[in-house]
Amino acid sequence: MKTVFKKPESLTDAKFHYCPGCTHGIVHRLMAECMDELNIRESTIGICPVGCSVLAYDYFNCDMLEAAHGRAPAIAAAIKRLMPDRTLFTYQGDGDLASIGMGEIVHASVRGEKITVIFINNTVYGMTGGQMAPTTLLGQVTTTSPYGRSKDNEGYPAKMAELLAQNEGSAYICRTAVNNPSNVIKTKKAIKKALQTQIKGVGFSMVEVLSTCPTNWGLSPLDSMKWLEDNMIPYYPLGELKVKEDK
Amino acid sequence: MKGNEALAEGAIIAGCRGFFGYPITPSSEIAEYMARKLPGLGGVFFQAESELAAINMVYGGSSTGKRVMTASSGPGISLKQEGISFIAEAELPCLIVNVSRGGPGLGGIQPSQADYFQATRGGGHGDYRLIVLAPSGAQEMMDYTIEAFDLADRYRTPVMIMAEGTLGNIMEPIIVRKPEEKSYDKSWAITGCKGRKPNIINTLHLSSEVLEERNRHLAAKYKLIEQNEKRAETFLTEDADIIVVAFGLMARIVKKSVMEARKKGIKAGLIRPITLWPFPDEHFKKAAETVRLILSVEINMGQMIEDIRLSVNGKVPVEFYGRIGFTPNPEEITKQLLLLAEREGF
Amino acid sequence: MAKGRVSFFIDRCKACGLCIEFCPKDVLAFDTDTINILGYHPVALIKTDGCTGCGICALMCPDLVIEVERE
Ligand SMILES: Cc1ncc(C[n+]2csc(CCOP(=O)(O)OP(=O)(O)O)c2C)c(N)n1
Ligand code: SF4
Ligand code: SF4
Ligand code: SF4
Repeated sequence: MKTVFKKPESLTDAKFHYCPGCTHGIVHRLMAECMDELNIRESTIGICPVGCSVLAYDYFNCDMLEAAHGRAPAIAAAIKRLMPDRTLFTYQGDGDLASIGMGEIVHASVRGEKITVIFINNTVYGMTGGQMAPTTLLGQVTTTSPYGRSKDNEGYPAKMAELLAQNEGSAYICRTAVNNPSNVIKTKKAIKKALQTQIKGVGFSMVEVLSTCPTNWGLSPLDSMKWLEDNMIPYYPLGELKVKEDK
Repeated sequence: MKGNEALAEGAIIAGCRGFFGYPITPSSEIAEYMARKLPGLGGVFFQAESELAAINMVYGGSSTGKRVMTASSGPGISLKQEGISFIAEAELPCLIVNVSRGGPGLGGIQPSQADYFQATRGGGHGDYRLIVLAPSGAQEMMDYTIEAFDLADRYRTPVMIMAEGTLGNIMEPIIVRKPEEKSYDKSWAITGCKGRKPNIINTLHLSSEVLEERNRHLAAKYKLIEQNEKRAETFLTEDADIIVVAFGLMARIVKKSVMEARKKGIKAGLIRPITLWPFPDEHFKKAAETVRLILSVEINMGQMIEDIRLSVNGKVPVEFYGRIGFTPNPEEITKQLLLLAEREGF
Repeated sequence: MAKGRVSFFIDRCKACGLCIEFCPKDVLAFDTDTINILGYHPVALIKTDGCTGCGICALMCPDLVIEVERE
């Protein structure tokens, strides 16, 4: 018998605190598998956000720093500049990255910081109880858009991958989802490519992962997967938006 | 050498190899100096997109164990408070320079001491302090900067230098002293976990027990700093009837007034706090035994006076003279001293 | 057909059901006779010889409950 699947070394033994069926756990694992496969665990420094994944420092088995809300890209950029041969990643939710941290992420991408960003788009603020995020879809009801998000009142949802892809400094930008096995495999490939882009020194890399928040969506884990497919993918199309091969 | 340059050169001598900042008058010269010098020394100069980003870069930079700093002024220092609070809790050494200007709001670029409360009470959210040093000349801009990095490493805490804009521009001869090399344990740094267990730098403590434990730990550290690091300069205080208290730029000016008042027969003296936090309260407790009146002279509307009053605990009356937008000149303060002496009859 | 073996760290299971749903062979179900440390009925294999070791259950599990081996 050969083992086809076991916990990657780049994760600790700690149990995730996430809600049942929350896809944060899948993305953590994919990231850790990529670190294992690229053999970079010991040279990687991860920055976790403020949001449901704030405790990610307990889960990734590498040096970790917990950032102030939205500031992870600035922190990662500084560490990368001081230690260019380390691999830096940030792991951020949509409130963290696309709202309060909009300035930091845009400038990291504009400048072409050689860091990798894992961006979890689940359309809501998970940790604080399901408030509206910049990525909340039009018509979507949240605790702070109780009548459904409207373009005239709350404005349009932010398309971060498209926004960042246009920056010269962005070397690899891809949007994926984790709603089914085939998309999970594609997400892992994208994360690996993003890390390789950083290691090659080409520029800024980000994978936007469409994820679920069963708890705040008020859906079962499986129905959440379907909701993601039916509602998120049409507005947030999947695929690579920017692939720069050379420095 | 100009004060700002002396400070920047002091940082380089101290081994600072990371500067993260955002331009603001009157601090920008420090950034400009570092931008010229650091790349050639294998260091990192980084102009951030904002002070929020800059202080978080300091947070990241200091977490690698390297000596890093930022410099800013009024509105910029306000934006940095978020990060300073994180850095204090994470117990990371770094230097924050406030070349201070007048507020509130955008205020003005005139030299000011209006950020005294902000600097000495922590400044951001939560229960923490910064060591705050107030130089009063170009030489001290350099010397205190070198020392600030040592204090930061020794206590694993952010240190602030408060310098009024005028000090940054003051041109004075400098003697460059090479500090003795000290080494500090930085096994906590995040550098990649090769050959060891992963390090975590974190300020989140969800359990009540851990949160209280952390705050008690910080409080104990601040107690220790209070025990060891209070500093003040005294000038003609031995026989003084009236003591003027001033720090930084203001202390230079007050010295002249004290001498002038002495010529006119008034026994005046000066206490100049060098550490604004920890506040050198013992100097005041001692002075309160003999002195008849204390006058706090500040370039603000009265902030340090609260610490003086706490220190003398009602034993001596403490009066205030201050301006903002203008720096009180020696004649003004001498006049103030003469008026007080006449009123009090000494 | 390849034969597989799945094992479960049952105390990590949060009974989200994703593995059950995505298993192409329908060989997984909640073990209603067991309550794990988190208070859930964890997942178990119900048809011992049906598993091909494809690994899809583990791929979709957010909580690293499942290890998969294949012949
Ligand atoms: C400066 C600041 N503002 C607000 C908060 C409160 N807060 C904590 S998490 C969060 C939103 C997180 O949402 P998101 O980034 O989407 O991550 P998720 O929880 O969905 O994974 C907010 C607003 C904070 N911690 N700090
Ligand atoms: S609140 Fe939502 S995002 Fe947060 S752990 Fe629960 S399901 Fe996941
Ligand atoms: S390995 Fe494949 S066949 Fe076996 S239980 Fe898992 S999903 Fe089903
Ligand atoms: S996917 Fe994982 S956590 Fe969910 S039911 Fe299956 S084994 Fe349990």
